[in-house]
Order: sequence, then C-alpha cells, then structure tokens
Amino acid sequence: MTDDETTQRRPRLSRRGLIGGGAAAAGVVGAFAVGRASAEDGTTTAAVASTYPLHGEHQAGIITPAQDRLHFVALDVTTEEREELVDLLRRWTDAAARMTQGEPAGPLGPVEGPAAAPPDDTGEAIGLPASGLTITFGFGPSLFRDARGRDRFGLAERRPAALEELPRFSADVLDPGRTGGDLCIQACAHDPQVAVHAIRNLVRMGFGTTTVRWSQLGFGRTSTTSTSQSTPRNLFGFKDGTANVKAEESDALDEHVWVGEGDDPAGDWLAGGSYLVARRINMTIEVWDRQSLESQENIVGRTKGTGAPLSGGAEFTEPDFEMAGSAGPLIPVDAHVRVVHPDQLDGARMLRRGYNFVDGSNDLGGLDAGLFFLAYVRDPRTHFIPAQRAMAASDALMEYLRFTGQAVFAVPAGVADGEYVGQALFS
Amino acid sequence: MRKTLLAPAAVLALLPALAACTDNADSGDSADGDVRALTVASGDDACEVSAGSAPAGTLTFDVTNTGSDVTEFYLLGEDGLRIVGEVENIGPNLTKTLTVNAPEGDYFTACKPGMVGEGIRTGFAVTASDDDVEVSASDQELIDTAEANYRAYVQDQSAQLLEKTQEFVDLYEAGDDDEARALYPVARTNWERIETVAESFGDLDPKMDAREADVDFAAGEKWTGWHLIEKDLWPEDAEKGYQPLTARQRVTYADDLMANTTDLNDRIQATGADALEYPIDAIANGSIGLLEEVANGKITGEEEAWSHTDLWDFQANVDGARVAYEGVQELLETKDPELATELTEKFDALQALLDEQREGDGFVLYTDLTQDEVRELSAAVDALAEPLSQLTATLTA
Repeated sequence: MTDDETTQRRPRLSRRGLIGGGAAAAGVVGAFAVGRASAEDGTTTAAVASTYPLHGEHQAGIITPAQDRLHFVALDVTTEEREELVDLLRRWTDAAARMTQGEPAGPLGPVEGPAAAPPDDTGEAIGLPASGLTITFGFGPSLFRDARGRDRFGLAERRPAALEELPRFSADVLDPGRTGGDLCIQACAHDPQVAVHAIRNLVRMGFGTTTVRWSQLGFGRTSTTSTSQSTPRNLFGFKDGTANVKAEESDALDEHVWVGEGDDPAGDWLAGGSYLVARRINMTIEVWDRQSLESQENIVGRTKGTGAPLSGGAEFTEPDFEMAGSAGPLIPVDAHVRVVHPDQLDGARMLRRGYNFVDGSNDLGGLDAGLFFLAYVRDPRTHFIPAQRAMAASDALMEYLRFTGQAVFAVPAGVADGEYVGQALFS
Repeated sequence: MRKTLLAPAAVLALLPALAACTDNADSGDSADGDVRALTVASGDDACEVSAGSAPAGTLTFDVTNTGSDVTEFYLLGEDGLRIVGEVENIGPNLTKTLTVNAPEGDYFTACKPGMVGEGIRTGFAVTASDDDVEVSASDQELIDTAEANYRAYVQDQSAQLLEKTQEFVDLYEAGDDDEARALYPVARTNWERIETVAESFGDLDPKMDAREADVDFAAGEKWTGWHLIEKDLWPEDAEKGYQPLTARQRVTYADDLMANTTDLNDRIQATGADALEYPIDAIANGSIGLLEEVANGKITGEEEAWSHTDLWDFQANVDGARVAYEGVQELLETKDPELATELTEKFDALQALLDEQREGDGFVLYTDLTQDEVRELSAAVDALAEPLSQLTATLTA
C-alpha cells in the first residue's frame, strides 16, 4: 500500500463534508447555491448549478451562466524549462478539477495533512460550497515569443496570427503594471471568497515557475451569458450586455466565439478554444453622475429604467436606428448602442463576461472604479479591434471612460479526462 | 421638488387609508393621491390625459407613448401658441415625464404623434390654489438678455483667440521659442473659456486640441494642433529620442492651426441664417460642461502634459463657466434663490483656492502643486459641480 492510497482512505474533511454527509448534503448545498444566486439575480426562475465540471469540449467559464464574482490573474512565466511549465499546467489542471467540485486545492486538504507541514490547501474555503466555481486558463502572445523576439519554449511556430498584442487605442492610459501577461487564469464563482481561494492556491502552486503580473477582482457581472439570466447593470446604472451572445445560441457561438478547425494552420491546436480580450475600463463616476438623465440616456441610446432602446419597445426590442426624432435620429449618431451595434461592425458579435470593479479611491478621492471588460471572440482582429476603434472615433461614452489596462490570451479548448489544459499546444 | 397639496395633518390622517390600497398604487392614474401628478397616454390618434384640470403649482405629466410612432407632448398657453412645457422624442412604449410650473389659467394639452402637425389638443384648466406660482412677465426679457450677452462673450473671446494665435504661430515659426512658450498658456486661455462652444464643432476640435494620448496612430489618425506644438516647445519633457520638428514642419503645423482657428472664428461670428444659437439651456449646460472639463482633464494634469500650464486652462474654464452662470443668475434667482446663493459661494471658494496658486501674471506649474493642493482643488470642483449640475433643470422647469 502506497502512501497515496493511505491518504485516499483516510476520512477526508472536504469542503462539502463539513456541511454534512452524503447525498443529503449535496442537496442542501445545491439548494443553498440556487437560492442565493437567484436572489442576487433578481430572478426566481434561473436555476444556477452549484458545480460545473472542469472537463468538457470547451473550457468552463466562457458560456457558463456568468457568476457574480471574479478573480482574474495574469502571470509571467519565469522558468526557461518547457517541462517545468508543462508540469505546472498538469498540476493546475488537477487542482482546478478538484476545486471546481468543492474539494481542496491539494490532494491532502487544508487540515488533513501532516501537522509539521504547511497545508496544501490554504483553508479559507472550508465550509463553503463550490459556489459555481469555474477556472479558465489562457496563453498570452509573449508566451510564444518574448519582447526581444526569443522563442522561449519552442512554441513560436504555433502562435496563431490573431494572437498578437493589442494596439494602443485612443483614450488609453495603459498602466504597464496592468497590461499583458504570459498566462491568465479567470476564476468565477457566486462567492468572492471561493474565487479568491482558487486563484490564491493556483498562484501558490506556480511560485518558482510563474510570478503574478497583475490581478483584478470583480463583483456584479455586467453581462448575461445565458437566456436564463436577467440583464445586470454597470456602475453607470445602465443595463449592460443586453445584446450579448448567449450560451443557447449555438450557431452564433460557432460563428463568433469558438475558433474553427481551419481558422489558422499554425493555430490548429486552438480549435474549439477562443480568444480572450481583457480591458480595465475606468469610469469617471463623479462626472457621469452629474449628467442629466436625458444626457445619460442619449449617450447610451437606451432608457435607464427598462433598458429599452430610445426608439421604443422593451429591453430586447431591436433598436431602430432610422427612426427620426425632433433633431436628428431618435437614437443619436454617437450613442453607444449604435456605434457598437453588430450592424456597424460587419455583423461581428462578442461574448462578454465583464465585471464591475471598485479598487478603493484614487488620488483625488474619486472612485477607482469601472468595468473590467472580458470578451471571448473567434478573432480579435475582426471581432474586437474594429469595435474599439469605432468607439474611440465616435462614441459619446468615451468622454467618461479611461482604459487603464489590457491583455489578450488564447484560451484553449476544453480538457479531456487524463489531459492537462493546453495539452494540444505542447504535444 | 414636488410639492404636496395636502397639509401635514391631513397627510397623517390619510396614511392608513393609503397603506391599505398599495395594491393599486401602480395602477397608473394618480393612485398616490397627488392631483398634480397626471398621466398621458399618447396613441396614434388619441391623447388621453388622466384629468382635465389640476391646481396651480408644479405639475408632472407622465407621458406614455402607446402608439407606433415617435411622439411629443406639449402644454400650451391659452392662445395655443405659447409653449409652457414640452417633452420630445418619446419612442413607442416608452414613458417620459414633463414637469412644469403652471399658474392658474386656461391651457391646452397636445400630443403630437409622428411629431408633425399641430397635434391632438384638449383644453386643460389650472385652478387656483394656495401653492399658486408666480411667473414673472420679465422672465423672457431675462432670457433674451442672457442669450445676447453670452453670444457677445463668445464672439469676443473667439476674436481674441484669433489674434493671439496669430501672434503665437508667428513667434513659433520664427523660432522665438521663449516668447512662444510665454504666450502659449495666454492664447489658450481664450480657447479654454469657450471650450464647450469650440467642442461643439466635432470636425475642428480634434484637429485643434487633441492630446497625443487621444490619437490612434495605429489606425492611421494624424495628430495636429495646439498640443503637438506644445510638445515641440517643451522637448525636454518628451520621450527619449524625440525629434524636434524642422522649420518646415513647424510652418506646416502652425499654418494648419491658424487655418482651423480662422474657420472656428468665422463660424462663431456668423450672422443671419448661419448664426449660432445660444438657448438658455445651452448656456447653462455650457457652464456645467466647462466645470466637467476641469474635473476630467485639468485637475489631473493630463491636458498640458509638457508645458504643465494646466492651471491657466483651469482658470479659463472656470471663467467661462462663471460668465455663463452669471448670465442666467438673475433668472435663477426668480426660480431658486437658494441655489443661486450656493453657486455664488462655491464659485468664490474655488476662485480663492486658485488665487493661492497665482504667480506673476499666471500660475505655478501643475507639477509644482502638492498632492494635498490638488486634492483641495478637486474637492472644490466637486463641491461646485454638484449643485451646478442642477442649473439647467432648475432654469427650464
């Protein structure tokens, strides 16, 4: 009998185990998670699952119904050994598979290991349910070739052409300390402590192989990735993500979100995956709050109350950009909803799963707050950059936005049993 | 704030009764018991107002467009011509609210589906009440004066801008850099005082006042205007390897700035059919907008990244905001004297802080301010901008 087997047989204090035992406990946990998520949603119909499997065709955390909390981290790889990196990805995959099921990060657990050693799980999630945790991994362009052009891990030939650093756009005041990264991990959950626990433990496992470049906490999902969810509000008080690509729209996902088989020969390993664009968008909250209701609605192009387009109807009524008002079109030419509408962008759509953030206050006592924009697209060059350019050129909302960080990542397809995340890239 | 018809004692007595019928509270027509809160259903060929009369005071009309076309709603005077209040651009199925201060008298309500024709009109009576409002017959006079004065101010600043810009580009082209640097913040003062008017010309503003950070070079955008020349005049603050402009490039960019300034001035001085309009709400919004310029760019030191003369711009924005405000101050005093007092005080407080930073004919550089001083200025801007944001709504109510 090996030590491992001994460990397996010991009665384990899993996070679920603390709530009770067996099937009854699972039921309680599920009900708890559902009730809570529903209450925060403002809906009573949406049943939110309490656990999502790590394994599957696509990585979880993309079309998964957007959870309420986020902890996102961008990391740099410090090792030069390809094998070390692969080994970390293997260990991350195992840990993520456990944590998403409400189990500890390490095989031992927070209090079950030897008393003389630090626990292999940090313990702040003891007693908490899985809370719908999803963990999603991505690879940045600098993993393939660094700033000096070096092929670091023999991956340069496999970099998809679409995976290049984003250009600098108008109104960018990018902080290098919030920009770029070789790797990223997105943890979403209904409970902030569960998301933080996941990132903390994965970062810890990476010490010596990776270092944290920057990270971002988010609350209040600002988009809807499933038709079962109601549309949330951003910090400007407007509904956000009304026209988002939803998990139920499988044709739209294939067209706009998932990378296809023949999209890029060099990047074939990415088929079934996606690209993630992250932008930290600071909002000038205090200035916005002094705009009249009418100005706010004209800037957005929707009513603040119901989210209906100014051309009338209800939230999901398609905007009528032709409808004339007393002075020009009813939806102004520089209204946000018009500028970024797929009709203006060759039909391109994105799957957004951004989050509100408040990182305390800035030097002037204003809120350091805004929207941490996360969008999954099939190709940033056609599905993100034109939209950002159009906004910069003619969106009235730009007056109230400042872009302080950004990064782009290739997010590989899902993990099959026995595989590690990104295996297709390294094999 | 909406005044209530009921005396305090009566309100108390009614509370239990109201509580008992909360189920009906959102049924639509004055269920909250406020006879000054009216609803209007504007259909394709009907205009249903929930009551044919209301007591004098502040009336609200919640106008819902039940038709299929864009609609408008008006409260018109007895002659059917004078517009007491209007709400425009109501899309199908949407609701907008008109708030008006109406004295006793005979009126018309009118819905205008499709925004054409004279609308579907019905007589509407405003009856006497204790809350009767007085509308001064001289309001229109005050409005006319404010508009004329503001127009004259903008035209004067624009003419000065043209003159100083010419002097500035002459110095710059001739290579008299010290003198050009000295004139830079002074000439820009005339620009910053009327910045919201200048910005209303969406084609000119980016060519004249874009900051380098706002230009998307990767998308092929070109950078021209004041700040490009600013960078060239203060090259020691530019990035490493910055190449000063050649004499020829200087002429190109200086002439371009001059041509755009001339174009701007022509538009501002235009008369007849091309003359700019400065309705009272635009003047009030201009005052608010100038303060927002301060809050967005000047207080952060982002505007003048190389010269650091942000406080000149700051003062000029405040000047412009104050002139616009003072033009409507008399009218504001008839509507909300307390707001007028507060705004005057807050303008004074902000000015006192700015005065502390004066040096010679100008100001200290932004980079010489301590963090505490920046915070203090920022707090004073917020303290003024918050009540100032009520100006337009108060003037036009």
